[in-house]
Amino acid sequence: METNKVDQNAVAIVDPGPDSILGPGHNYDSVTQRIAGVVFLDWKNTPKNWYLGLTVAMLFVMLLMTAVSYLFLKGVGIWGINIPIGWGFAIINFVWWIGIGHAGTLISAILFLLKQDFRTSINRFSEAMTLFAVACAGMFPILHLGRPWLFYWLLPYPNSMYLWPQPRSPLEWDVFAVSTYATVSVVFWYVGLLPDLASLRDTANPLWKQRVYAVLSLGWRGSAIHWHRYQKAYLLLAGLATPLVLSVHTIVSFDFAVAILPGWHTTIFPPYFVAGAIYSGFAMVLTLIIPFRSWYKLQDLITMRHLECCAKVMLGTGLIVAYGYSMEAFFSWYAGDKYESFMYWNRMTGPYAFTYALLILCNIALPQLLWIRKVRLNVPLLWALSIVINIGMWLERFEIVATSLTRDFVPSSWGTYIPTFWDWATYAGTLGFFLFLMFLFVRVLPAISIFEVREVVHHEHELEHAK
Amino acid sequence: MSHDLILSELPQVHGVMAEFVDSNDLIRAAKRAYTEGFRRMDAYAPMPVEGLAEAIGYKKNYVALCVLIGGMCGAIGGFSLLEWITVIAYPHNVGGRPLNSWPAYIPITFECMILAAALTSMFSMLAFNGLPRLNHPVFNVKAFERASIDRFFLCIESSDPKFKTEDTMEFLRGLGGSEVTVVPA
Amino acid sequence: MKDSGFIPLDALQRAQAPVDSAERAPSPDLKALRSRLAAGKGPAFWRTLEEAAETDELREYVEQEFPGLSGQIPDAGTDRRSLLKVMAASLAMAGAAACTRQPTELIVPYVRQPENVIPGLPMFYATAMPLYGYARGLLVESHLNRPTKVEGNPDHPASLGATGIFEQASVLSLYDPDRSENILYEGRPSTWAEFTGVITREAEAARGRNGEGLAILTGVTTSPTFLSQMKALTDMSPSAKWYVHEPAVREVAAKAAHTIAGRAASLVYDLSQADVIVSLESDLLNNSPGGLAYARQFASRRSVDNGATPCRLYAIESSPTVSGSLADHRFAAKSGDIAGLAYQLAKACGVQAEANGAAPDWIAAVAQDLSNSKGRGVVIPGEYQPESVHLAAFAINEALGNVGKTVRVVESIEGPSTHTIEDLANDLTAGKVEVLLILGPNPLYSTPAALNLQPAMRRARLVIRLGQFYDETSKWAHWHIPEAHYLEAWSDSRAFDGTATIQQPLIMPIYGGKSGHEIVTFLVNQPDLSSHDIVKGYWNTQLKDANFEAAWQKAVHDGVVGGIPAPAEVTGAKAPALPALPAPETGTEIVFRPDPTIGDGSWANNGWLQELPKPQTKMTWDNTIWVSPKDATTMSLQKGDMLRVTVDGRSVEGPTWILPGHAEGSFTVHFGYGREMSGRVGTGIGYNAYKIQPVATPWIAAGTVTKTGGHYRLANTQETQTMAGREPVRAATLAEYREHPNFPTEFDKPVPNNDTLYYNSDYPYKGYKWGMSIDLNVCTGCSACIIACQAENNIAVVGKDQVARGRHMHWIRVDRYYSGDLDEPTLYNQPVPCMQCENAPCEVVCPVAATTHSTEGLNQMVYNRCVGTRYCSNNCPYKVRRFNFLLYSDWQTPSLYGVRNPDVTVRSRGVMEKCSYCMQRIQEAKIETEKQNRRVHDGEVITACQQVCPTRAIRFGDLNDPKADVVKQKQLPRQYALLDDLNTRPRTTYLGYVRNPNEALRGSGGNKQG
Repeated sequence: METNKVDQNAVAIVDPGPDSILGPGHNYDSVTQRIAGVVFLDWKNTPKNWYLGLTVAMLFVMLLMTAVSYLFLKGVGIWGINIPIGWGFAIINFVWWIGIGHAGTLISAILFLLKQDFRTSINRFSEAMTLFAVACAGMFPILHLGRPWLFYWLLPYPNSMYLWPQPRSPLEWDVFAVSTYATVSVVFWYVGLLPDLASLRDTANPLWKQRVYAVLSLGWRGSAIHWHRYQKAYLLLAGLATPLVLSVHTIVSFDFAVAILPGWHTTIFPPYFVAGAIYSGFAMVLTLIIPFRSWYKLQDLITMRHLECCAKVMLGTGLIVAYGYSMEAFFSWYAGDKYESFMYWNRMTGPYAFTYALLILCNIALPQLLWIRKVRLNVPLLWALSIVINIGMWLERFEIVATSLTRDFVPSSWGTYIPTFWDWATYAGTLGFFLFLMFLFVRVLPAISIFEVREVVHHEHELEHAK
Repeated sequence: MSHDLILSELPQVHGVMAEFVDSNDLIRAAKRAYTEGFRRMDAYAPMPVEGLAEAIGYKKNYVALCVLIGGMCGAIGGFSLLEWITVIAYPHNVGGRPLNSWPAYIPITFECMILAAALTSMFSMLAFNGLPRLNHPVFNVKAFERASIDRFFLCIESSDPKFKTEDTMEFLRGLGGSEVTVVPA
Repeated sequence: MKDSGFIPLDALQRAQAPVDSAERAPSPDLKALRSRLAAGKGPAFWRTLEEAAETDELREYVEQEFPGLSGQIPDAGTDRRSLLKVMAASLAMAGAAACTRQPTELIVPYVRQPENVIPGLPMFYATAMPLYGYARGLLVESHLNRPTKVEGNPDHPASLGATGIFEQASVLSLYDPDRSENILYEGRPSTWAEFTGVITREAEAARGRNGEGLAILTGVTTSPTFLSQMKALTDMSPSAKWYVHEPAVREVAAKAAHTIAGRAASLVYDLSQADVIVSLESDLLNNSPGGLAYARQFASRRSVDNGATPCRLYAIESSPTVSGSLADHRFAAKSGDIAGLAYQLAKACGVQAEANGAAPDWIAAVAQDLSNSKGRGVVIPGEYQPESVHLAAFAINEALGNVGKTVRVVESIEGPSTHTIEDLANDLTAGKVEVLLILGPNPLYSTPAALNLQPAMRRARLVIRLGQFYDETSKWAHWHIPEAHYLEAWSDSRAFDGTATIQQPLIMPIYGGKSGHEIVTFLVNQPDLSSHDIVKGYWNTQLKDANFEAAWQKAVHDGVVGGIPAPAEVTGAKAPALPALPAPETGTEIVFRPDPTIGDGSWANNGWLQELPKPQTKMTWDNTIWVSPKDATTMSLQKGDMLRVTVDGRSVEGPTWILPGHAEGSFTVHFGYGREMSGRVGTGIGYNAYKIQPVATPWIAAGTVTKTGGHYRLANTQETQTMAGREPVRAATLAEYREHPNFPTEFDKPVPNNDTLYYNSDYPYKGYKWGMSIDLNVCTGCSACIIACQAENNIAVVGKDQVARGRHMHWIRVDRYYSGDLDEPTLYNQPVPCMQCENAPCEVVCPVAATTHSTEGLNQMVYNRCVGTRYCSNNCPYKVRRFNFLLYSDWQTPSLYGVRNPDVTVRSRGVMEKCSYCMQRIQEAKIETEKQNRRVHDGEVITACQQVCPTRAIRFGDLNDPKADVVKQKQLPRQYALLDDLNTRPRTTYLGYVRNPNEALRGSGGNKQG
């Protein structure tokens, strides 16, 4: 018995190359078929890699659960942190994940406001990535607490002891920033999904699937007036998400900038954290979307143009980050503060010099290849670079968080930081959790915004009529 | 006029609906219907279509206003909460900083504003649209399931004073709408 | 089976099976019990069953009748009433054993009368702790009869209110869960009655032989009572022999004094009179009977403020000592060469001395300095130096007329004993010892392996060991008797200057331990006197006072016995002609020393001492082999590389520690580690240096040191010991100080006070305003403050692994910095508690307001509000915050509950903690003074670290009180704040370090930059 009413291959799959964002010969129906088809693909036609990936991701989720259980059992002492290095992997990963999330919001909000055509057909995917990245990030601030079961004490809620949080602390700002960011991302994502859920409702089979999607779509029926309010709301959301995404990573950077620690206490952190976030975010988009488009044969919807534009954005933000580094170095010397200058000297030549060298290699040196168009159009190379950049951005956070803490003001209290097995396990675990969610997502929801692709089709028809 | 007839027809019929393949035809038809004096009608499309809502006479959109109000409430609420906590409810000497360390409260204030505004935009949009509503007469038309895929529909509702089932169907056929059908209530 | 410490299975079965009267050991007869109860001996009535249980017959009976408290019906012949009594008593004892019991003798509180014991208010009792035999006067804090903390007794000359690390740690030893709990015969549970039976018979027999074959081994003791008991014994049985073994001291100094004085004597110094002090590898300020007093005297002469001229200290040493860290000139020399240098110095001071070789250039200058201050200088020989050095030192002092002024020769207060552990070993091997009583020492661990004591000891027919632990010695003894801790039993002892103290116990022996007095009573045929009766009985003969009771009360109460003549000056003490020196050793020398924190090993099971960073190295939980930087380079050694040290055939392996200032060609090894039976804390860590200790020269040996290639993980609390261009310690020479009195701050850029985002946010602190001042000029780095803080604030012990991970919990640390040349460095000590910043960076970043400022300016830490973000610690520039990464406090071991200070929370997992300026003490003082409706006066609040400090380097008080000591200190020009430029406005400030180098020696002896 047929499981869906869609015919995936009504139109030949052709990557139109770096100049077009849609393959030839598409019409409203075919794009619907193609994208909904990904969701309704029956189990035997589902790519092997999907099963494989899901299984591996699942194993890492198990690892995460083990690590967290042991953590709750024993305490944060199972990690490598100590005095003076009070923050280790937990905070590094937190910042890293949050940063990754930012690309999604950026693509769907900022590029929307800027009316960038390559936004379409990768925005939905990267919004999902945002959500899952934030989910991973959100875990760490709670896990890293000495008494995680009391995390809710950071929330301002009326209680019998008349205690309240202390809003001068950047950590308190984080609570609001991250939770707001998570909420708004969900809203933005879901609003975007509404019309497509309606499409799925109308293409799904059997009945129970229809019912599920019907409920999720809230009974969307595409009324012109609805569309009108819808677009207004979406525009406003984009307008709100844009300053939000900037503020969130600014506030995350405040965690460090507000402290007096050499290597943290810097005014350039907000801009260069945001740039770094977008940098790593786009890297992660590429890391995920390149395998995705080939496994599901979506080259005509996610075209070379999308990839190349992402590459260009990476190059740009990468340069901003590079500028950030050089400014940091310059001011550590120019400010004439002995602690600052020692801090940077220690980064470059101290016990953790190798991480610094790697950082420069991954974040500054290799990405310069992106100047070359051939490289930008070479998918495997692009993918490799995206991974390199992800590693680089993780190292950047390591430099900032851990290395700065190892040697601060009073020499007698200098220390060393050696991550333990459990540090790595927790990190790897969240990676697995993230991928796990991504795999589920592409299976049950349209990974590409159908109605926006329809608009593209419509737009192209209009052009033809004009001719 | 013969209201009795209309009244008698109301219970059974939601309206009549014409299907279009191309969005431009739909817009043209909608404009015609509007000039013909029809007011109670709605157009359906699988994606936002430029000028369609205006064509059927839609004017005011209050979503933006709601968002503005929501955002302001969020900001004021957030800031005053912090002030209340640190100055009135739980005053403490924290690192020698004054009780009212207002510069430190700006980030949270900002976040509260965004949060409130964002939630308002979604919920006001849904509220104005009368969603969620899972059942609607237009769904009774079999062909309408393509309204979310690749077809465009114009529906003149029976509540319109000028509505007369037969005539209106004729009128819609005249507009070049294929598959003109009665939408049972 | 004999040797094992475990109870063999069959023994257990026998113990549990109903015993039939035939095989039952000396049957306890109820007549004796009833008669005892009837006689005044026991309590007259059965009002409290515990009292009844106290009588040994009854306990004996019950243990026989109901082994393991399993109720057995006694055989016929026992009448109903006594059976009921016994049952009742045994049940009572079941309860009694659980809780700590009140002593039945009257002991006298120091400040309050017992009748107004108020729960929650501690009482203080005066007593003394014998350290290597000499008294350190103490006031012990007792919460509901539970000693929790010791303080120095200000009225006691050897304490003056201060204590060292061992006194502080001794409380923990009292509650040590590993202390032996019962009497063992050949490793099997036995009873006091059985033992008394045996020892009475043996004593009888020994007296019959005039004590022939009776041997008693003790540590050094100055206890008048014990000495009198021993005298009685030797009178009774002249041929009984008394051996003394004190591994950390040994007899060199005493022998030298004997040579000088012509009879048993000791040297007493007066540093308050000394302008020039030359230490020939002496650790006088730290590791000597009068250490605390000497440190106080020394400190009183270090003041540079208000035009005072400080004394000058020269230290000549191989292995850096605590005292040496304050030296104005430190000369590193091989321990073996110090005799030579002493002779050179003597010669330069005009003493007839045969010094071979040419003197180093600095000798002349030092001699000159000494001669310039005739009668106001002193040369102090090292405790571990050979007799020749002691004689030379005395000769110099004599020649320069210092004798009688800065150094006095007085009669010894130690026992007349002349027998050493070597003699004992010989006598044992010769089979001359039949019965050996070991009262305290642990010779099978703490004697040179060369003595081979263990098989020798088994040649004695009967070996009785009185010890606090079932340890290496007890394992090979026939009888093991649990020894009472000094806080558990009555005794007395005398201080370095002869002052006598009556040691009153604060608690009934927790495990029914006995004191040495009680054992000896059997030998002198007054069986079974309680130590209270013995001590009181003795003093009854001594206190020439009409009203003895009153005098006794006063003596016990004050912690000092009045009216006891100080030991007489020895007239006609004369330095003999100096013996010819042996040719100086050219090869590698191995220097043997007691461990800085574990001593001779008797403290090995004390977690506080194990985790106390050793002053010189900041190392914990291990003994290392100290190597000079030069040797390290030549042998290409890294910290932690394993070394094999071999001394005539025997060798041990230990990890390298490269110690700046250590003499080249000299390697220091430390005793106290490598214990085999010490308990869960001290067993099996470190290496045992006794294994290679030579018998003839216990403190130095020629040996070889080789690299094994292994590496060892060390746990030290301070990784970096250079100041790395920052100036946490501000130092100057006296000359510089005279020119720039405010040298610490003079060259700083002014603090930007008004650059603030906010409107002026100064808080007034109108009431109290607590602050602290630390004088770096007198801090010897002895680390007593660290352990005092640990004891006062229930600070957890985290263990080696956690320390190695950088998670030690000490609220106050003592940083050790070196500057200048690696081989002749300048040393700096800097105690760092919480700075209690007024603009505390830690508070601003806490999201839950778990750390905030009090109205008195204390930076408070609220444990129950803390969620453990650790942000505060990251943002603390001084890194004085400590975090419970795991569950560090011991919530399991019941015996450790006793040591906890009830006024301080025991922290749990996941919360931050830090120095609170001992706010529990502040609160107590405020409550007391509020009752009297007045302000707290200066000196009424004393923090734990301040109280313990021998040199009074730490001052604390109310900054709003203009007369306060701390305010005066803070007004001194030397005052500076750590990291002032961060505008944290610390309440804890420092006084800059001023050294007083000899102009003639500019540029040598650790004064490259001076």
